[in-house]
Amino acid sequence: MAANRPIARPISPHLSVFKWRFTMAVSIIHRATGTALAFGGGVLFLWWLLAAASGPDAYATFYTVARGPIGILVGVGLSWVFFQHLLSGLRHLYMDTGAGYGLAEARSSAVAVFAGAVLLTVLLWVAILSTKGL
Amino acid sequence: MGNGTELGRVRGLGSAKSGVHHWWMQRVTAVANVALLLWFVISLVRLPGLDHASVLLWLRQPVAAVPMLLLIVSVFWHLRLGFQVFIEDYVHDEGAKLLALLALNFYALAGAAAGSFAVLKIALGA
Repeated sequence: MAANRPIARPISPHLSVFKWRFTMAVSIIHRATGTALAFGGGVLFLWWLLAAASGPDAYATFYTVARGPIGILVGVGLSWVFFQHLLSGLRHLYMDTGAGYGLAEARSSAVAVFAGAVLLTVLLWVAILSTKGL
Repeated sequence: MGNGTELGRVRGLGSAKSGVHHWWMQRVTAVANVALLLWFVISLVRLPGLDHASVLLWLRQPVAAVPMLLLIVSVFWHLRLGFQVFIEDYVHDEGAKLLALLALNFYALAGAAAGSFAVLKIALGA
């Protein structure tokens, strides 16, 4: 029996031999963005709140950094991370109902997550720039 | 493991004795986060400014402070559940896993306490 086994076929899948797909990318990025939000987003959120509660001096330190080039860069990045995790999370909730597992549908919802996250990030920063300036 | 006994299947608690509680609370907090974080982002964009005075004026209102407290609980609960799965999947050494889970729980609880305290201090304080 063992002699009949084909020799050249991969028998144990490994990350490095998978072809990248939208569906796997959206899943992996869901974990990566979740981690970034949990720690990066969480710590910055707490810094903002604790600075506001601590007084004008502490808030001024936060405010200067947040409105500086690094602050804006982190803000844009973190808002994309947030929208990406939000949309892929909604996709997860939808799929938790047992729906959307067809190959074509799963692929198009994954593509929609990537496109939607970029779109919402742009819309948010247009709204911020048009109401607050820089 | 098999399918377990009739009683075991009805209880649905599995070997961890907690059933789908973790999975379910991840979803409950996810849905809460959608509502609370959209409210949060829209509120910040709609504020006249994000300077100290504007933020204090906003957070002193009950309609802002109460959702903020709920947001803090839901977000830190959700990140604790989510990152717990991450640790369980990727940290295979038992000692390191235990320490990572311990640190995660401390971070989540301390973060929620600090954030809640800040909101309460602003909302109730001088």
